[in-house]
Amino acid sequence: MLEHFSHIVTVFLLVAGLFIIVARGNLIKKLVGLSILQTSVYLLYIAPGKLLGGTAPILAPQFSIYSNPLPHVLILTAIVVGVATLALGLALAVRIREAYGSIEEDEILALDRAEDPA
Amino acid sequence: MALSVLMLMRMRNLFAVIVLFGIYSFLMATVLVALDAVDVAMTEAAVGAGVSTVLLLGALHLCKSREAKPAHRPWLPLAVALSTGLVLVYGAMGLPDFADPLSPIHRHVVPRYLQNEVQVPNVVTAVLASFRGYDTLGETTVVFTAGVGIIALLRRRKKPVAVGCAETLFALYVQFHGDFGPGGGFQAGVIVAAAMVFHALIFGADTARRVVPDWLVETMLAAGVLLYAGVGVAGLLLGGNFLDYFVLDVDPVHGQHRGIFWVEVGVATTVSGVMLKIFYMFASRDDANGESEQ
Repeated sequence: MLEHFSHIVTVFLLVAGLFIIVARGNLIKKLVGLSILQTSVYLLYIAPGKLLGGTAPILAPQFSIYSNPLPHVLILTAIVVGVATLALGLALAVRIREAYGSIEEDEILALDRAEDPA
Repeated sequence: MALSVLMLMRMRNLFAVIVLFGIYSFLMATVLVALDAVDVAMTEAAVGAGVSTVLLLGALHLCKSREAKPAHRPWLPLAVALSTGLVLVYGAMGLPDFADPLSPIHRHVVPRYLQNEVQVPNVVTAVLASFRGYDTLGETTVVFTAGVGIIALLRRRKKPVAVGCAETLFALYVQFHGDFGPGGGFQAGVIVAAAMVFHALIFGADTARRVVPDWLVETMLAAGVLLYAGVGVAGLLLGGNFLDYFVLDVDPVHGQHRGIFWVEVGVATTVSGVMLKIFYMFASRDDANGESEQ
């Protein structure tokens, strides 16, 4: 159990993010949930790269064990791409609020139904 | 960390949710340092706790919303989430143990990365800009595309007017030190943007726009991607493959350094341009929000 602790934390964060996305109707809250789900993926990638007794992958003569640099590269770019897409989502939420006067999913759906009874 | 996430789920005051999310991001950055991912932690601290908190607060300000009380008890989502969790935990039990040096992740291409063929001590930078240069070019393009999307969504006819100092100096250090210590284009880009954003928060967005005007930001957006691709084309013209840095100089190792340097400059330019543009768009949206409501 203990050797899988990092995986369990990851799964917990993922499930929490998923729950927020599905259960909460507020679009900003949903985006926060999506970000939490995303950070769980960071952990999923980074945690297996760690080696006990290892150090950050910056080569220096006094160290011989380095943690795995590849996940770091992948996640580094993922974070930056993540914030760009988060901003895109927020921009959409702002436009939705301007068009509907609300960012609650239920209210938006109700407005949609009122406009188009089909 | 788990505590702040649990609080996040329960709270309906969105302001508190966003502040908690910032705290959560900072804790995540600390965990990443503990896992030896210093480059990633630097980015997460600047992005998660800095830029995205500001963006979320900006969007919240524009939406002026408080989360409504849910109409029904969330039993179904809870069940879905928990069953997903159970399946994942079951799956995780089959994964290699934590910090197992024999797990496949440590045995495939990574030992070659660590041999340091390109003689750049920070392996993360070497892999990012050289070994996996194609990926990074693609990702820079994604960031650029997101920036363009936001401009399209939040564009105003009104001429928007548009921010740094000690932090920017630090960012430049991060940029150029990237070969040797933790750092590089992505980190520097977000730190520049965070510096500007905080400068704007303190002195007002208009002062910021005077330091870094809109046209400059928009040029940066495109110039970064072009610079990156340009380095690739330069390799092509000099008789190598696309993004082949070895041909950029008579001395192959020096060529690598040169290629990585320019690629990182391109990345930093696009990333900071996009982040700033996003921030400006949200900031200028505010002035016009009132009239669009009718």
